[in-house]
Amino acid sequence: MSKKTKSFKNQKKVSSLIVNGVLIFICLIWIIPTLGVLVTSFRHSENIFRSGWWAVFPHRGYVETREINIDPDTDVNGPITIDGVTHTFEEWREGITMPDGDRYTWYGNKRTLLVKVEERKWLGFETDLTLDNYRDTLTGKEISFTDGMGNTIVRKGNDLGGAFLNSIAVAIPATIIPIMIAAFAAYGFAWLNFPGRKFFFTVVVALLVVPLQIALVPILQDYTKLNLNGTFLAIWMAHTGFGLPLAIYLMFNYISTIPRELLESAFIDGASPFTIFTKLILPLSVPALASFAIFQFLWVWNDYLVALVFLGDKTRVVTSALAAIVGEKGQDWHLLTSGAFISMILPLIVFLSLQRYFVRGMMAGSVKG
Amino acid sequence: MQNNPFKGLVSLFTSAIGRIFVSIIVPLITFLVLWQGFIFLRDTEANQFLVVVVAIVWGVGGVMLLYYVTNWLVEKLPKEWRNRLQPFIFVGPALAILAWFLAIPTFRTLVLSFQDQTSRVFVGIDNYVFALTDRIMLEAFRNNLLWLVFGTFFSVSLGLIVAVMADRSRFENVYKTIIFMPMAISFVGAGVIWKFIYTYKGEGAGIAEIGLLNAIVIALGGTSQPWLQQPPWNNFFLIVIMVWLQTGYTMVILSSAIKGIPAELLEAARVDGSNELRIFFNIIIPTIKGTLITVSTTILIFSLKLFDIVRVMTGGNYGTNVIANEFYLQRFTYGHAGRASAIAIILLVAVVPVMIYNLRQFRERKAF
Repeated sequence: MSKKTKSFKNQKKVSSLIVNGVLIFICLIWIIPTLGVLVTSFRHSENIFRSGWWAVFPHRGYVETREINIDPDTDVNGPITIDGVTHTFEEWREGITMPDGDRYTWYGNKRTLLVKVEERKWLGFETDLTLDNYRDTLTGKEISFTDGMGNTIVRKGNDLGGAFLNSIAVAIPATIIPIMIAAFAAYGFAWLNFPGRKFFFTVVVALLVVPLQIALVPILQDYTKLNLNGTFLAIWMAHTGFGLPLAIYLMFNYISTIPRELLESAFIDGASPFTIFTKLILPLSVPALASFAIFQFLWVWNDYLVALVFLGDKTRVVTSALAAIVGEKGQDWHLLTSGAFISMILPLIVFLSLQRYFVRGMMAGSVKG
Repeated sequence: MQNNPFKGLVSLFTSAIGRIFVSIIVPLITFLVLWQGFIFLRDTEANQFLVVVVAIVWGVGGVMLLYYVTNWLVEKLPKEWRNRLQPFIFVGPALAILAWFLAIPTFRTLVLSFQDQTSRVFVGIDNYVFALTDRIMLEAFRNNLLWLVFGTFFSVSLGLIVAVMADRSRFENVYKTIIFMPMAISFVGAGVIWKFIYTYKGEGAGIAEIGLLNAIVIALGGTSQPWLQQPPWNNFFLIVIMVWLQTGYTMVILSSAIKGIPAELLEAARVDGSNELRIFFNIIIPTIKGTLITVSTTILIFSLKLFDIVRVMTGGNYGTNVIANEFYLQRFTYGHAGRASAIAIILLVAVVPVMIYNLRQFRERKAF
């Protein structure tokens, strides 16, 4: 008997080891891409161009130790002998590993007559990190940085700082307004009687999965007529419209389960529906409100399509500003990575601190259009 | 002193006038205040911080004010009218916005889809002929099919595997948080993150690949590749991004379904000597079938409308175009409202079965 439990215990240990091993492996795959971007965003631009981000960790690598000046009389078009080893110019330029393990690389063109010598050494953590990339992405002014060859490059900044503020100005009202409107509507549907109540709610449910592409063309026509394009009001209303079906649906599910007795006593006391709503329903619905708020905030903050269509280039939010960096400076990884992180930081904080509410909101909602 | 009926009438009259006056002036002031706020926000060159604060206060406060003032107005009305109108204070704004932003546009887009690019001349089904037969559209359909099949399959099955496995681990919450975290990242941000993984420099003197994938390939003895420019495989490299983003969602939903399976059911199976694999296929999967279908449907709809990832990563070039990106290109790059509308209608038609299913579920629940 004791033998059996022991083997069972061992078996359990092994299976737990496998389970945790597989999960750790998957989690590593999940986290490494973001880690790479985070690490890169703190490296100097010339280092980013020269080596992968994993080079910040201890590893064996080549370090430049000295330079050799080639005798100007050497015939660079024929075979060249350096320190007893002979190769053509092209081969020297590719880099040659010498018998003692050092690597010799011809620098520049044939006339530079310069060979750089690198020694293979054990390198520690890259400690030469910087916040310059963040400064450069946040500003809208001119910026300069060094590329892998050591050249200085001057560019116009993408003003991610301004875009960040715009995102806040878009996301906060575009989160609160639909929640307010949805809470009012959900209360109306759940507790008040009016003609067409059932029909209208069916419409809300049907609209849950309507793709928002269906609305973009006509709404843009309206906005052009009303001269609303590019205003905050325009994008708040658009996000409100596209977010409302899910918001009403979630809030209805919650508000309709509030015990009837609780409200009836208030009705008998002669309170108006408006008072009941503001004094009773809203405080009771805080968990549902919070769930949807996080949901909608992340949705609006991370949205790209709606911002692209209704705000245009004049008032950029972080997603469109980041997409613009991708378009204009696709290989400037120091700007791209720091930009990506600036765009992610706020939703990540909101998400990690309020994860519980977010999950609850997600579970309650089925499908969003 | 005797009561003067005439005086009573006058006071009633003046108070009625006063009430009407107030009823007109208050909404008028409200409207003016909001209008001034709008003008300020539209035309201002003021400090951006100030603009942001004003925008938030104006937007949120404005909506509250509108509800408050309309309710105040309705409560001034005779009881009969009040009871009739009051529900519409609550649902009216929502219905109006839904009508303007979703319900009516559906029909307007339908009309537009039969018109030419200027939205003036009717062209019959030309736009649909384009949308269903053009080479670019066919490629987009094929790619969307890849997204639908592989994106959904991998997000759901990976989510399921993690959910089942994490259920047996002490560190469940740590694992789940890590897998879930990409849900907070925008598609554009995810695009940058993965573009960095796939980045390619090519061959040349002193060039080191800084993209992780190419570095791994080189370390294993291969040669670096421009991953995003090789059709049709680049589609799969893009689908990986969606799987990375969406597995957290499927995992959380499926995990809660798995936790809902009665423990006795699993214990009984274990006592009977079933191994874990059989328990997975014979008990866990059938029990959570409903949730699996819901989750898969959500991901299906999601991959059908997918736009941002393709837009940021390749712009739809190199054979990676998808329907939603072609919609964007038609409307905003080529300026063809008719074709864009036809594509939007096709997207709508594709989700109609889900819509019907939702409505049926809703009716069955008898929530009303």
